[in-house]
Amino acid sequence: MGLVLLQRRAVDALAFLFASAATLFGLFWLFWILWTTFRRGLGAINVALFTQMTPPPGSTGGLLNAFYGSAVMIGFAVIVGAPLGVAAGTYLAEHGRYSRLAAAVSFLNDVLLSAPSIVIGLFVYEIVVRTSGHFSGYAGAIALAMILLPIVVRTSDEALRLVPDQMREAAFALGVPRWRVTAQILYKAAMTAILTGVLLGVARIAGETAPLLFTALNNQFWSGSLSGPLANVPVVIFQYAMSPYDEWHTLAWAGALVLTLFVLGLNLVVRMIAKRTSK
Amino acid sequence: MTAFIPAIKSRSAVADRVFNLVTAGAAWLVLILLGATAASMAWGGRLAFETFGLGFVTSTDWDAVGGKFGALVPIYGTIVTSLIALIIAVPVSLGIALFVTDIAPRWIRGPIGIAVELLAAIPSIIYGMWGLFVFAPFMALHVDPWLNDTLGPVPVLGAIFTGPPIGIGMLTAGIVLGIMVIPFIAAVARDVFNAVPAPLKESAVALGSTRWEVLSRVTLPYARSAIVGAIFLGLGRALGETMAVTFVLGNAHDLSISLLMPSNSIAAAIANEFTEADAELYRSALIALAFLLFVVTFIVLSAAKLLLLRLNRAHGRTH
Repeated sequence: MGLVLLQRRAVDALAFLFASAATLFGLFWLFWILWTTFRRGLGAINVALFTQMTPPPGSTGGLLNAFYGSAVMIGFAVIVGAPLGVAAGTYLAEHGRYSRLAAAVSFLNDVLLSAPSIVIGLFVYEIVVRTSGHFSGYAGAIALAMILLPIVVRTSDEALRLVPDQMREAAFALGVPRWRVTAQILYKAAMTAILTGVLLGVARIAGETAPLLFTALNNQFWSGSLSGPLANVPVVIFQYAMSPYDEWHTLAWAGALVLTLFVLGLNLVVRMIAKRTSK
Repeated sequence: MTAFIPAIKSRSAVADRVFNLVTAGAAWLVLILLGATAASMAWGGRLAFETFGLGFVTSTDWDAVGGKFGALVPIYGTIVTSLIALIIAVPVSLGIALFVTDIAPRWIRGPIGIAVELLAAIPSIIYGMWGLFVFAPFMALHVDPWLNDTLGPVPVLGAIFTGPPIGIGMLTAGIVLGIMVIPFIAAVARDVFNAVPAPLKESAVALGSTRWEVLSRVTLPYARSAIVGAIFLGLGRALGETMAVTFVLGNAHDLSISLLMPSNSIAAAIANEFTEADAELYRSALIALAFLLFVVTFIVLSAAKLLLLRLNRAHGRTH
C-alpha cells in the first residue's frame, strides 16, 4: 500500500515538474527574443531614425517615410474595417442573434480570423492591384482592413453580449425603438470593450508583413499619397534584414524594436483598461 | 396628436429596418470576403491546375525559366515544419496550461498568463529576424554539429538529422514555428481546462486523487475533443505562417529527407517569388499554391472550431 502511494506521489511530482519546466521553456523564448530585440535595436535608436528617409545601400538614414506610411495605412484600415466590424458584431449579438446567418457568420468569422494573411495579401493583389495596374497604399490598407475586420467582429460581438439583458428590456418597456436601444444604450454600455477590441486589432495589423508584400509594396522615398506604392515598417524590416548591408541590418533592428514596443505597449494598455472596467 | 403617434412609429420602423439591413449587410460581408478569397485564388490558379493537373502536387520540378511548376517541395516543407512545430508546441502548451490552471500559486498566474499572451502578440517578422540573426547561427554552431555527430551513424535517423551545419532548414524553421504557436495552443488549452466543471475535479480530489490523476483521468478525458481543437488551431496557424519561416527556410526547391537541408514552404515560396513572377504561368502556380493552402487551413480551422464548440455546448454556452 505504502509503495503504491509513494509511486502515485512520485508521478504527481513528475507532472508538476514537467508543467513548471514547460512554463519556464515558454517564457525563456519570450525573454530571449525581447532581449535580442532590445540589445540590437536600442543602439540604433536616434533622432535620425524619426527624421530621415530610408537610405540607399551603404549609407545611413532613418525610417520616417516607413513610420508615416504604416500610420496612414493603419488609420485607413481602422476607418474602413472598424465600423464594418462593429456593424457585423451588432448583427451577431443583437439583430440576428438567433438567426442562421449569424451562426454561419460567427463560425466562419473565426476561420477568417486565423486564415493565412499571405493569402489575404494575394486576394487584394488580384482584385485591387491587378485591376488598377499598380501597387498602392490603398491596396495595403484594404488588406489590413480585411485582417482587422474579423477581430473587431469577434470583440464587439462579445462586448455586446456582456451587456445585461435587463438593460435592453428596460429600454423596450419604455417604448424605445430597437435601433435606438442599440445605438444609444448598448453601444454606450459596451463602448470601452469595443474600443479595446479595435486597439487589439491595431496591434495585430501593425506587425503584419505578408499582406503588404504584394499590395503596398515599398517605397524608398517620401510619399504622402495612398495611390502609389507606400513605404511601411514591416516590409522595410523584411527587405533590410534580408539584405547583405550592415547599415540596413541596424535600421531593421531599430524598426523591429519600435514595432515590438508599440505592439506590446498597446497590448498592455488594453489589458489595463480591461482590468479597470471589470472591477 | 393621434395622427402624430403613428407617424413616429412608422418612422422608427423604417429606421429599424435600415439598421437591420446595415448590420446584416456587414455580417454578409464576412461571408462574401471569405468566399471571394477562395474563388479568386481558384480562378487565379486555374492556369497552373489546367497545365499540370495532378503533377502540380506530385512533381518536384520547379523551374521558373523553363516554365515547369511542380509544388511537392513547398507542400512537403509546409507539412514537415508544421509537424515539427506541433511536436514541440503541444506538450509545452499543455504543460503551461496545467501550470497556470492548477499548479502555480494564485499571485503568479496572472503575470504568467500575460507573458504568454505577449509571446502571442509579438509580430511574426520579429520571430523571423530573431531566427535568422540569432537562432540560426546558434543552431549552426551548437545543434547541427552535435546532431551530425551523434545521430549521423544511426541508420534511419542519420539520413534525417545529417546535413550541412548552416542553421537554415526545416528543423530551424519548425522550431521557430513551434515557439510561435505555443501561446496560441496554451491560451485555448487554459480556457478548456478552466471550463471543466469544478464538481468533477472536486469529486476526484475527495476520492484521494493526486493532481496528476485529476488531470489525466478527469480533465483530459472530459476535454479531449476541445484539446484536439486547440491543437488544430495551432496547426492552422503553423501551416499558413509566412514571415517566421521565410527567413530561416532557405528558399530551396530540392526535395531532401534531411531536416537540416534548406527547403521551402507554400507561404515562403509565395512571399519570396511572387513579386519576381513575370510569366503568367509562374504567377498562376503561386496563386494555385495559395489556393491549396487556403483550402487546407480552412478545413483544419473549421475542424478546430467544431471541436471547441462541442465543449462550449456541453458547458451550456451556445455561441
